[in-house]
Amino acid sequence: MNRPELIQRWIRDWQQGRLSRRELLRRVTLLGMSSFALANLTTACTRSQPTPTPASTEASPRVGAAIPDYVDRSKLDRELNFYNWSEYIDPDILTEFQETYGVKVTMDTYASNEDLLAKLQGGATGYDVIVPSDYMVSIMINLGLLEPLDYSVIKTIANIDPENLKPYYDPDNTYSVPYMWGTSGYSYDTSVLGQDLASWKEVFEPRPEVRGKVVMLDDQREVIGAALMYLGYEINETSDDALAKAKQLLLTQKPYVLAYSSQNNDDLLVAGEALIAHIWTGDALMSEQEKPTLRYVIPTEGCTVWQDNLCVPKTAPHKYTAMVFIDFLNRPDIAGRNANYIMYGSPNKAAREQGYIDQEVLNNPGVYPPPEVWKRLQWIKDVGEEGALKLDRLWTEIKTG
Amino acid sequence: MSSLATARPATTMRSKRRFSFGWAVLNLNVLLTFIFLYAPIIVMSIFSFNASRQMQVWMGFTLDWYARMIADERVRVAAQNSLVIALVSTIVSTVIGTLTALALERTRFRVKRMYEAAMYLPIIVPEIVMAIALLVFFNLAFTWLDQFFGLKLNFGLGTITIAHIAFSFPFVAVVVRARLADFDRTLEQAAQDLGANEWQTFRHITLPLLMPGIIAGALLAFTLSIDDFVITFFTAGVGSTTLPLEIYGRVRRGITPDVNALSTVMLLASIVLVLGSLLFQRRRSF
Amino acid sequence: MSAIDRVRVQERSLGWHERASERIRQSERVRALFLAGPGGLWLLLFFLLPTAIVFAYSFARRGPYGAVAWAFTLENYARLFDWLYIRVFLMSVWLALLTTVICLVIGYPFAFVIARSPRRWRNALLVLVLIPFWTNFLVRTYAIMLLLRADGLINNALQWLGLIDRPLSLLFTPFAVVLGLVYGYLPFMILPIYASIEKFDFTLVEAAQDLGANAWHVFWRVLLPLTLPGVLAGSILVFIPSVGAFVTPDLLGGGKVVMIANLINQQFLTVRHWPFGSAISFVLMAIVLAATMLYFRIGETRRI
Repeated sequence: MNRPELIQRWIRDWQQGRLSRRELLRRVTLLGMSSFALANLTTACTRSQPTPTPASTEASPRVGAAIPDYVDRSKLDRELNFYNWSEYIDPDILTEFQETYGVKVTMDTYASNEDLLAKLQGGATGYDVIVPSDYMVSIMINLGLLEPLDYSVIKTIANIDPENLKPYYDPDNTYSVPYMWGTSGYSYDTSVLGQDLASWKEVFEPRPEVRGKVVMLDDQREVIGAALMYLGYEINETSDDALAKAKQLLLTQKPYVLAYSSQNNDDLLVAGEALIAHIWTGDALMSEQEKPTLRYVIPTEGCTVWQDNLCVPKTAPHKYTAMVFIDFLNRPDIAGRNANYIMYGSPNKAAREQGYIDQEVLNNPGVYPPPEVWKRLQWIKDVGEEGALKLDRLWTEIKTG
Repeated sequence: MSSLATARPATTMRSKRRFSFGWAVLNLNVLLTFIFLYAPIIVMSIFSFNASRQMQVWMGFTLDWYARMIADERVRVAAQNSLVIALVSTIVSTVIGTLTALALERTRFRVKRMYEAAMYLPIIVPEIVMAIALLVFFNLAFTWLDQFFGLKLNFGLGTITIAHIAFSFPFVAVVVRARLADFDRTLEQAAQDLGANEWQTFRHITLPLLMPGIIAGALLAFTLSIDDFVITFFTAGVGSTTLPLEIYGRVRRGITPDVNALSTVMLLASIVLVLGSLLFQRRRSF
Repeated sequence: MSAIDRVRVQERSLGWHERASERIRQSERVRALFLAGPGGLWLLLFFLLPTAIVFAYSFARRGPYGAVAWAFTLENYARLFDWLYIRVFLMSVWLALLTTVICLVIGYPFAFVIARSPRRWRNALLVLVLIPFWTNFLVRTYAIMLLLRADGLINNALQWLGLIDRPLSLLFTPFAVVLGLVYGYLPFMILPIYASIEKFDFTLVEAAQDLGANAWHVFWRVLLPLTLPGVLAGSILVFIPSVGAFVTPDLLGGGKVVMIANLINQQFLTVRHWPFGSAISFVLMAIVLAATMLYFRIGETRRI
């Protein structure tokens, strides 16, 4: 059997799910073909034969993965260190970057913004690309930890939705490119509580049957912020008056609360041990997949919006390659596949318009809310030292109360 | 010697008659404790075969998670790193810990009380404090070494191992010391009377008698190292991930059964090792 | 020999004694250095020095964006004189004490049985105790959560047996936290006690029985006092980490059981007020040091 025939057989195996994409690419590379040629062959195959669709992430048609001309190949390093949240990128994308650009990507993970900051402040070097959330970007800018981005290389920023650009924390996107975004509303079980819950009231002044079945996020700013919004204040309010009212509300809510947990809320919802949970978009989607009677709500009083961003630390050893990587991640097809894999909202307009994102996710108003809902969303911002101390004290009082 | 040999069976028989109810209760305690210790493990293993991603409902038997885990390169690298670090840390901690225990029990020197108190500090200090202290320290040290010696060091497996040894060896010392405390010194004195020097006495009398305590300490050190999260997180560098770090990072998105699969495999491997050593011991005994 | 000669002989032998004791003292010093050196050095460099830095932090101010701004102030310690924080300290000590006592009650008999088993089995049994801990701590904790849930195995079993009507709320309570802590630190109690019992001379038991002692007397008057070092070691190894635990109360307590380490974590990570976090850590360490010294005091008086 000659080479093309062999490859065609492999491609058919892959389409039918008998071969993983990684294995396919490995075999082809061993055969000595370039990915570019393979891509052409692959698209030719997919177009010519009606085949059963393989796993969801592979459904999107592939664009030829070539290095764009504005990238200077001679400046590329052989490796890149990506410091990211766990399970926050489709691993196939990293492999594809490696095979296209010839750069090996090592990924390390962290579990919170504060861990990331503590590491960087403590002096850990060696990370090329990091993914801080909104407020963390502003803190890092103020601490001088970030490198200005080179937009002659990151041309794909044009694909990003203007709504997600020029955020308050980085008005000119000098240091950050939006990666994923989401909201923090709540999910509840429609089969028990009915179809039309819409207010924070259900969470903070719940019905009696919900007693001991409410889960809140384990996050100072999120929980106190939600309480403030329900009471009609701004999420970043720190006046003594407002905080006293919030404290009162949260303490009367406490007997209804099963747990304060940012990790287990989806688990508890699916198990039915919690009927309402304060939750992030991605977790909400995942739990809806396991239990379709769940529904995610952006409350009428408003809720937080947050955005994770790609940044390059000042101490990055491979700055140019880092920027190229960011450019790569924002290609419509790549961004789309990524969003489908990790189930958060993608700020990549091109990906949405060119059909790379799952229809089902696109139609979920919890993930891609209509413009009028956008007005109800508020960003968590840094409140200065005094405010931070007040909030911290309040949080301690609530948790130990 | 012979009187001791006959004394032992007599004690056991008599104690069996007298304390048979007591022995039943004791053995029941052991059984219940083993059930208590293994119940969560068994639950976890069962769910590693569950066809559902969530750990609530049983949805059918599958080996998919195991396949996923084996194919997962990150997990492989993390497991490897964890094992290497744990082995090195255990060996060094056990040696240093034993030496320290000997120092505390067998020698006198002026600052001994302070030394003793200092020895307990790594056990007392909260992990997060030690973690951040080490992070800052290493950073300062690396900068200083670079400035004065041009030595460019960085965070990595080395810094993790050093940190692990720092918090493990006091545990070993405490365990070995408990064993040393009422040690029967007449045996050692007898050996010395017979002409053995200090090193020989140590090697042939003290050390073998101390061995159960040392082994207990080593097991403790290994356990501490292989499961540590906080300190490891702050002293790790690029690409040096360990199992706890990897798993903790994923927990944010919910524990998936492939993590359970990994733990089950580790469990089975340990059990196989124990059975193996038991068989090996049987072969060697007379 | 004349009196003067006798005195001269005495002087010479005194000199010889002095030189000998000087040599013994020197070799003692060398031995002490060799034995205590490695541990001491490691401790100094990788522990005491870093800790001193953090101690210095506790007197500093919070920087504008967190971390540390160098200054000298006692405000961090002053903040702690507040019922809000004192309550957390008390709760932590209480839970840690409970954990220690439970571990002792379960662990001592357990260690006893292992130490009395046939020699071949002992090491294997010890390792069997430790094997659950070679799996990952988080995975184990999640498994415990699974068991304790409202529709978890335990509640289901109790309901099936007809012992309860509605599920007990076991999870996200202090009960769950203590359970988790006991689960996590039981081997730390078992191992030292085992080491102590294992070298206990059981002929003493026979002697006591000959003298008319019953089982209780044998235990309380003979076995326990002589295995006290192991008990003390085990108690310290359980109490201290329990008092400073944070993942267990966080997960099993559902964020509702706040222990000192959770507070410290909050300071270092969320609020990024490193000086305050350092101050809390040092007060914790002071409390624990006091407890440790108390243990030593008990150990010394009992030793006779």
